[in-house]
Amino acid sequence: MEGHSTYQPQGKIARWFESRLPLVGLLHSSAVSYPTPRNLNYLWTFGGILTFMLICQIVSGIVLAMHYTAYAPVSFARVEHIMRDVNYGWLIRYIHANGASMFFIAVYIHIFRGMYYGSYKAPREVLWILGVIIYLLMMATAFMGYVLPWGQMSYWGATVITNLFSAIPYVGETIVLWLWGGYSVGDPTLNRFFSLHYLLPFMIAGIVGLHIWALHHVGQNNPDGIDVKSVAKDTVPFTPYATIKDVFAMVVFIMFFAWFVFYIPNYLGHSDNYIPANPLATPAHIVPEWYFLPFYAILRSVPDKLGGVLAMFGAIAVLAFLPWLDTSKVRSARYRPLFKQFFWIFAVVAVGLGYLGAMPAEGGYVIASRILTVYYFVHFLVILPVLGLIERPSVMPASIADAVLARGAKGAAAPGAKA
Amino acid sequence: MAHTETSGTNRRDFLYIATGAVGTVGAAALAWPFISQLQPDQSVLALSTTEVDLSPISEGQIVTVQWRGKPIFIFNRAPKDVEAARAVPMSQLIDPQPDQDRVKSGHDNFLVVVGICTHLGCVPLGHQGNYDGWFCPCHGSQYDSSGRVRVGPAPLNLPVPPYTFTSDTKIVIG
Ligand code: HEM
Ligand code: FES
Repeated sequence: MEGHSTYQPQGKIARWFESRLPLVGLLHSSAVSYPTPRNLNYLWTFGGILTFMLICQIVSGIVLAMHYTAYAPVSFARVEHIMRDVNYGWLIRYIHANGASMFFIAVYIHIFRGMYYGSYKAPREVLWILGVIIYLLMMATAFMGYVLPWGQMSYWGATVITNLFSAIPYVGETIVLWLWGGYSVGDPTLNRFFSLHYLLPFMIAGIVGLHIWALHHVGQNNPDGIDVKSVAKDTVPFTPYATIKDVFAMVVFIMFFAWFVFYIPNYLGHSDNYIPANPLATPAHIVPEWYFLPFYAILRSVPDKLGGVLAMFGAIAVLAFLPWLDTSKVRSARYRPLFKQFFWIFAVVAVGLGYLGAMPAEGGYVIASRILTVYYFVHFLVILPVLGLIERPSVMPASIADAVLARGAKGAAAPGAKA
Repeated sequence: MAHTETSGTNRRDFLYIATGAVGTVGAAALAWPFISQLQPDQSVLALSTTEVDLSPISEGQIVTVQWRGKPIFIFNRAPKDVEAARAVPMSQLIDPQPDQDRVKSGHDNFLVVVGICTHLGCVPLGHQGNYDGWFCPCHGSQYDSSGRVRVGPAPLNLPVPPYTFTSDTKIVIG
């Protein structure tokens, strides 16, 4: 965010303002003249997509809050009122409900991108940890949002997740009582969740600010994982290059999003949530939203209550330690032949856990979840530390420009490719 | 003469400590209301007893009533269910407790338990599972005819709420 501004205020008013608050200069240096590595691929467009999704959730959420009421006897009916009576209420609710899923699709791609290209390594550790915090806040926000329509899944999801805290020795029961504001999930719970569901997205926005600040301070990583050596040779200015590419990717992403909103708006939801909450009957098969499934599978794979809860939270917490668990100095999987294979095994394991989280907890599914859970932790705690010590990285190009030119020469069939 | 000593305790140290102490007490006093408001409020506490008439519950039937927003199972057990519960050796139980300790003597057929799975809080289904008791649909825990856990992941028996018989056919829970 500093040092790159070539902004010259034009005109008297602009100069007057800039000398008092250099706001335009800041925007200019972070989004116009900011140098971006010239080898970035489309996986680097998900940061922009995530920012868009956050804004989308905040805007649609604020509008929903104008029509919604957080009071247990009426909340279910209020959401139906949004669906049936409010002009375009159905559209805004479907944008918000599917928007949460799109947000998570984008964040998972973003996280796996970081893992593949080693974006968490020095000097980007703080940037990565800020990302993990955003991810945690997103999970808390989405969980509390799902409680608001007060259907059967809302109610029983809230019951199971809040009860996770009862596994904590000594203080667990008290914490759960304080979360509920009663002796079970009920109206006080719904109200405080609504208040927090409104607050947390703004906290996310604040952390996103720090995340981008850290990013612009250390510079972007890139698919070759090599530092920028010469701004002139290795980078291109953010505008127009990154701006246009980000906008194009965003439009494609919005088309995908719109397909869900208009054609299959309830595909990612659960039909039981169209049944009003009933504190006396649990649905036969309760599952969380798809984006929590891998962690839910880990929770269920451990036959002990406290152990299951620790494994689940540990599976998320381990991400924050990734910069120190991966001992290799080479960032990008492009130049790490062994890591590349283990990365893909890990990706399959993570998706596999998601599948198992949606299956009933019985027989072969339980055994499979146990094996994959163990592998999940082995990947972080054994494979990554050891790989860095034994792996022989392949030869890396001397600079980003060299890497781009070498690929350009190979793809000679690309006419007019300047690089 | 102004004090100019630089070591030992002086007035400024005292002021620092006193200010810090007052500030800490003040912060704690302000924090407490914000924590306390999380707890169940008076309107929730006001609902904390429930009276139930047991006479319509026939033998073998399980009735669910609500107490403090939670489901309470009242199971009028047949003699064979009571016998089965009492015949189980303690060593086979995950959370050992004799059936006698879970009912009121003289009313041994009536089992009154909180209908919330001690794993993560789902409501178990009655007359299901392999122990003449309950089966939890969420993660598969099973309870016997005394509401004791027989198959995990639930770690504990269904708890018995505080209740008293006010007459032969009436109980007050809470
Ligand atoms: C990080 C951003 C956000 C995420 C991931 C998120 C997620 C969710 C989810 C998953 C639901 C349940 C949708 C359903 O199944 O019906 C929901 C509902 C709701 N959200 Fe959000 N939300 C976010 C931001 C906001 C904001 C900023 C507000 C502003 C007040 C808001 C207000 C609401 C309201 C009123 C509902 C209940 C109506 C309904 O269920 O459709 N949300 N949210
Ligand atoms: S909540 Fe009953 S088994 Fe998990």
